[in-house]
Amino acid sequence: MLETNKKIDNSEIESFKSMPDKRGHFGIYGGRFVSETLMGPLEELEQAYNKYSKDPDFIAEFEHDLKHYVGRPSPLYHAKRWSEQLGGAQIYLKREDLNHTGAHKINNTVGQALLAKLMGKRRIIAETGAGQHGVASATVAARYGMECIVYMGAEDIQRQAMNVFRMKLLGATVVAVEAGSRTLKDALNEAMRDWVTNVDDTFYIIGTVAGPHPYPTMVRDFNAVVGREARQQCLDQTGRLPDSLVACVGGGSNAIGLFHPFLDDKEVSIFGVEGAGDGIETGRHAAPLNAGKPGVLHGNRTYLMEDNYGQIIETHCISAGLDYPGVGPEHAWLKDTGRANYVSVTDIEALDAFHKLTRIEGIIPALESSHAVAYTAKIAPEMDKDAIIIVNLSGRGDKDIHTVAAHEGITL
Amino acid sequence: MSRIEACFNALKNNNKKALIPFITAGDPSLNLTVELMHVLVDAGADIIELGVPFSDPMADGPVIQRASERALHNGTNTDDVFNIVKEFRGKNESTPVILMGYMNPIEVMGYEQFVEKAAGVGVDGLIIVDLPPEEAAELSAVLKPHGIDQIFLISPTTRGERLNRICEVASGFLYYVSLKGVTGSNQLDVKAVGDKLDEIRSKTSLPLGVGFGIKDAKIAQAVGTISDAVVVGSALVERIAEHGENSNKLKAEVSSFISSLRTALDNIE
Repeated sequence: MLETNKKIDNSEIESFKSMPDKRGHFGIYGGRFVSETLMGPLEELEQAYNKYSKDPDFIAEFEHDLKHYVGRPSPLYHAKRWSEQLGGAQIYLKREDLNHTGAHKINNTVGQALLAKLMGKRRIIAETGAGQHGVASATVAARYGMECIVYMGAEDIQRQAMNVFRMKLLGATVVAVEAGSRTLKDALNEAMRDWVTNVDDTFYIIGTVAGPHPYPTMVRDFNAVVGREARQQCLDQTGRLPDSLVACVGGGSNAIGLFHPFLDDKEVSIFGVEGAGDGIETGRHAAPLNAGKPGVLHGNRTYLMEDNYGQIIETHCISAGLDYPGVGPEHAWLKDTGRANYVSVTDIEALDAFHKLTRIEGIIPALESSHAVAYTAKIAPEMDKDAIIIVNLSGRGDKDIHTVAAHEGITL
Repeated sequence: MSRIEACFNALKNNNKKALIPFITAGDPSLNLTVELMHVLVDAGADIIELGVPFSDPMADGPVIQRASERALHNGTNTDDVFNIVKEFRGKNESTPVILMGYMNPIEVMGYEQFVEKAAGVGVDGLIIVDLPPEEAAELSAVLKPHGIDQIFLISPTTRGERLNRICEVASGFLYYVSLKGVTGSNQLDVKAVGDKLDEIRSKTSLPLGVGFGIKDAKIAQAVGTISDAVVVGSALVERIAEHGENSNKLKAEVSSFISSLRTALDNIE
């Protein structure tokens, strides 16, 4: 029997960076739960990733593209006015919103597209929720001259019309997924079905730290540039490490990207913020780490939102990028070990934070990132004035202005 | 001897091939599922694959996805699936029943409880689409003492060491997925399937079944010629979807379709 959902004694863990094990497990989480047809291709991908991720030429090309194409490093910005108004900790924003395409998602797609190129795959597929990962995938596909198919839930296509058009401009084919709840999880199912059918010439660029091994590790590694930069920038600007990190968690790629380089800095407290939607108590939310149970979906074992018989239930969150019933397996492990804390904020709190940051700092955050902003506004006032919080501002909010307007009864 | 082993032994002695239809439990309704299982057996099915509906059937094409959605819409849950098997066993003690589905409904119930219930109602085997042998050791350990076979899939992309390992741990029979794709796909290549079955046969004496892409009597016969068992899913479920509203017509259609496959398999030269 699996010993799930138990707090782990973390005093015996030498390094929180030691996961996963050789078979892609983060404790009981992660692994490779896929149909037989994908097992061979996943082994092939793992071997290619293990080879190229240590190859100086690959690393140089990846870093070159992050610098000259993505625009890295992204700034670590001291939000002085906002910090002052909250009256507590000094808040620093890691400005992933300033990346090319407007979010952290591009870090991973550049890495995976380079890998696809080296593996000789000319066709890439991707799933997308908010459309940010779809845009980031379509972008790198355009740049490397690859065919790109993006699967997107029909519901999300409605919510994110602008990103759909961006993907089409970039030359991608956007396929509306009508199955199930017509959101991100169904897009992922459909992308998996495409991959299993076209596995010989197709590279599946998963957009978050979920899915079968090696995806959670690979996507984390490509995004860890966020945390490495932030750690050094914080040392350079303040002479010390931050007291706390805050990032929103849907699948969890921006969060793990920020968190991972800090995992063994035990004095740094870590907060992942899930979407509480209408409120955890209403059941209408997207917070599996707060209110879910361990199970198996989309190739990995992790916390899930499910009913008593293991059917995946619909999630609710104003932010399409957080509207997912699972979460990356490393977050599940970090929760059980107690190394990271997983909290949640509601749609209304996130919207309020969206407006406040926009008005106070002149930065329009993505609704996803607004969840991290909202939680920061809760904890900062309780902290000393010389305390430091780094918030991952994972994406910009331009894509969300229609959602925000509609919520306020405004037609644009 | 397990029902599955007995079934294949009897077929082998009579020089016959196994016909394994797949239907989803609760599609079009819980009551009709039990009736349909008897119809399948009467029309010539040797083993029944009963789909456990799941909200996110990643490995299935649109036909079986929709069957799963219909079943869940009807409120079908895992305990209902066990009740269906129990009721079927009330009138049929010999036909093996294999549950086919995904991992999460088993995870949430807990391995012990799931397996005890399955064994208690007379389930003979499990096919778990998203549980490759690499992740299967814990569940296998629970299944073994209950005599339930864990039936593994082999696909065109299964090669080398992995193929050897699957042949070592498999029991009951091996299920060869005839093509790269989801259930109900359309490009089955009989020659390619035959070559792969030869390779698998060199590593195991277990019976070999073939599924995915078997749409009609002609393909069933061609595949039956080179395998020990033929699995028919989407083509059957499509008929259930079409006639779900009219139970008499549905049973007649299902019966005549399965009979046509039986006849084709019995007329292999």
